[in-house]
Amino acid sequence: MPILLLPPEFTRVLQLQLIPSRPAYCSPQFISVQYAGLQNRSFREMPDLLAARTQMALSLGFHIVFAEIGIAMPLMMVIAEWRWRRTGDRACLELARRWAKGTAILFAVGAVSGTVLSFELGLLWPGFMRFAGPLIGMPFSLEGFAFFLEAIFLGVYLYGWDRVSPRAHLAAGVIVAASGAASAVFVVLVNAWMNTPVGFTLAADGSFATIDPIAAMGSPAAFQQALHMLLASYAATGLAVAGVHALVLLRGGARAFHAQALAVALLVGAPAAVLQPLSGDVSARVVAETQPVKLAALESQWRTERGAPLRIGGIPDAERERTRFALEIPYGLSLLAFHDPHAEVKGLEIAPRADRPPVAVVHLAFQAMVALGSAMALVSLWAGWVAWRRRDLTSNRALLGALAIVTPFGFLATEAGWIVTEVGRQPWIVQGVMRTANAVTPMPGLVVPLALFTLLYCGLGTIVVTLIVSLVRATSAPSGLVPDRDPAS
Amino acid sequence: MSADIRSLGLPELVAAVMVVALNAYVLTGGADFGGGVWDLFASGPRRAEQRALIAHEIGPIWEANHVWLILVVVMLFTAFPPAFATLGTVLHIPLSLMLLGIVLRGSSFVFRSYGARDDASQRRWGSTFAVASIGTPLLLGVIVGAIVSGEVGAAAMRLARAGETAPPSFASVYVWPWLAPFPIVLGVLALAMFAFLAATYLAAAARDDALRDDFRRRAFAAAVVMFVAAFGALGVAHVSAPHVRRGLMSMSGGALSLQLATGSAALLALWSLARRRWLIARASAAAQVSLILWGWVLVQYPFIIPPDQTTRAVAAPRATLVLLIGALGAGAVVLMPSLVYLYRTFGRVESTDG
Ligand code: HDD
Ligand code: HEM
Ligand code: HEM
Repeated sequence: MPILLLPPEFTRVLQLQLIPSRPAYCSPQFISVQYAGLQNRSFREMPDLLAARTQMALSLGFHIVFAEIGIAMPLMMVIAEWRWRRTGDRACLELARRWAKGTAILFAVGAVSGTVLSFELGLLWPGFMRFAGPLIGMPFSLEGFAFFLEAIFLGVYLYGWDRVSPRAHLAAGVIVAASGAASAVFVVLVNAWMNTPVGFTLAADGSFATIDPIAAMGSPAAFQQALHMLLASYAATGLAVAGVHALVLLRGGARAFHAQALAVALLVGAPAAVLQPLSGDVSARVVAETQPVKLAALESQWRTERGAPLRIGGIPDAERERTRFALEIPYGLSLLAFHDPHAEVKGLEIAPRADRPPVAVVHLAFQAMVALGSAMALVSLWAGWVAWRRRDLTSNRALLGALAIVTPFGFLATEAGWIVTEVGRQPWIVQGVMRTANAVTPMPGLVVPLALFTLLYCGLGTIVVTLIVSLVRATSAPSGLVPDRDPAS
Repeated sequence: MSADIRSLGLPELVAAVMVVALNAYVLTGGADFGGGVWDLFASGPRRAEQRALIAHEIGPIWEANHVWLILVVVMLFTAFPPAFATLGTVLHIPLSLMLLGIVLRGSSFVFRSYGARDDASQRRWGSTFAVASIGTPLLLGVIVGAIVSGEVGAAAMRLARAGETAPPSFASVYVWPWLAPFPIVLGVLALAMFAFLAATYLAAAARDDALRDDFRRRAFAAAVVMFVAAFGALGVAHVSAPHVRRGLMSMSGGALSLQLATGSAALLALWSLARRRWLIARASAAAQVSLILWGWVLVQYPFIIPPDQTTRAVAAPRATLVLLIGALGAGAVVLMPSLVYLYRTFGRVESTDG
């Protein structure tokens, strides 16, 4: 993909770095920043660090599901409502209203779990925030305003059906959809900066010598991560909603209603799911260029070699530094990562052992994401083909069955993808600049909050699922609003 | 970071905007919490109507109100990162508990509105909502009290010196700074303030006179608690928070007039409640609570975390502050009309929603 070529601004920013010709995060001579009261602690020996990482992972893994839904559902509601206004089909209106009910629940849980996250940055990683706050505060502040718009107009959208004009109502939905996407982009810019930090130089004592928060927003990983995340939201939510309605249809739910639902959900989900592997390819190539150790981990490439093979499956063995039982496709990795069968791919050996991420986790998570993503893309292509040829998806039971099966795939792929990104960055919290162990709070006993929040999330998760299931059940009963007629008529 | 990369006045400007956002949170989100308190204490023949009015007033807007808090947090870690790190470290326990409260309150509110209609689950979510609505403001007040008392800053200093001297005990850093008389009294004060605000708003919003009188009585009750807690806080400060006492004693002319203004707003609020002048009551209650907040800020100035972290000393580099101010300005241009639109849409309508 041509977008891969980094614009010249990036090179300029990179030259601001400590090591003039190479960005700090690519350099083997990593700098470590230390803070008063926080010793440079060994990575594997700390139960508290492990607890903090687990709590952060859990909170993010929980939040991201609601965030994705919060990004894509408003778009789908807007499309349904717009169709109702165009065609006068009551099924579309009913659809928008029922989806709105579910979204109200999910959005509230997204809002409170996001609040937890913004505090957790300080509760768990005070060293990180003290260092990075001035650099990453910019996208977080912009995100704050995006939240505001989102929350305000979601209020208007959900509670304002009878209080504002139809046109204003639809416009409110559009604003919600746009600001949800914007908040995702802003927060992902922060994460991209953690992966490829730019926009600052360090003085000898580890404080900032110069700082450029705008440049920090445009880090080399920013574009690909934001794109991949947005597509992931639409693909995961769209296909999940399509899957649920497909299941209800298989069980004989009201045809007109669920056919509309399926159509709108696929309109949002299927194109994104088809594009996602392409965008994943862009991601992999940026990672290859900017985070060689992460790429080596996700492909379990131990040695630096030219013409590296692509490994499918396999069990990485960190002791012996090799990967067993993998299906190897010759030249595959060099080809995918650099579009050249003889390109050199860096192996994990370029990093000292202590500075390598847990290879097995990263490798397996990456394989899982690609497998799930391929399945989603295939089912989406199939649905597109059926729609294009016969224009009636609802009578194709095999397709409905396939859609029902892929319902959770997008969310699972998202979790897997974030594990690749975050675990693959270890032991760094800011790639090459700050170690996770130096960022964690000095407070002991972190298993207690971990247990508390684990309980909380389990409870919340269970309740949300129960509520959504009961909302879906309610749609299986033929509703008075919608005459059960064939959508083709 | 040396002084030359910062220009005069920027840190204070950002800090002031932060207090404005906090003020907005107290007046909107705080009143939502207060509504939860009155949900718990709903009683008498109009108990169901009281609950319905509370749900109706909170429903469409609590998420938007809640974003003020997030904005405060974001501004804090962008502009004053060491202060954010200090708070997150020393106040880990009360902050985590407060988060628990925020999560339970927000989610139980929607679960109650959208969940099963049977009495058992309604009651379960209702009481979770109410209990969380009490716990969260209490903790918020405790946290503010711990900061004001100077104990948070002191604990952070002990922690930073941990390498040189014997390590401080767990409790002396993570528990005693906030589990102390002064923070607890401030917790009660915050709770009473939010309850007072909510009762006044609800009295102003109610449609029928009996319901109005219910909330009017509640506003008086909250006001009594508020006065007791406020004087209690002064008394406790005299004994156990010398820093605050000094701040209050060395009141400059400006601070003194702020106190007088607070007193007059309080009197006006009570008078207008007594005379059933609802709009005046609403405005003066909001003014009174805001003035208390600014009074706190004045006592604490120039410290963001007394006794050593001044606004200026912990401020982020100038480039960050300038950009942050720019972003806040641009954001406000979009935000203000949207907020006005939201409150207009849901401000005064009779219909309940489905
Ligand atoms: C619906 C979800 C979904 C699907 C189907 C895919 N991904 Fe993905 N992937 C994500 C959801 C995701 C994610 C959760 O959104 C991540 C985590 C961080 C990010 O930017 O996106 C991610 C990260 C991520 C990364 C690491 C980026 C980084 O660390 O900067 C790579 C290399 C890929 N993906 C590659 C792929 C490929 C080759 C796929 C082929 C099918 C694929 N992804 C499908
Ligand atoms: C875009 C915003 C995000 C930011 C700013 C962010 C930030 C962080 C931070 C500060 C940590 C702790 C330090 C570290 O372990 O490196 C972390 C860890 C982690 N995060 Fe993220 N994260 C983001 C998104 C996500 C999402 C959506 C997930 C979803 C699952 C996720 C999964 C994880 C995991 C698994 C860890 C633990 C890694 C480990 O310690 O091995 N992250 N993240
Ligand atoms: C460290 C990382 C993160 C933090 C601190 C964070 C913070 C927050 C906060 C405070 C909210 C609540 C806003 C409100 O009250 O309305 C929120 C909601 C949201 N967040 Fe996150 N977030 C993080 C990661 C992410 C990621 C990785 C994404 C997505 C891609 C995301 C997308 C959203 C969206 C779309 C919402 C709107 C609420 C919803 O639709 O459920 N966030 N987040």
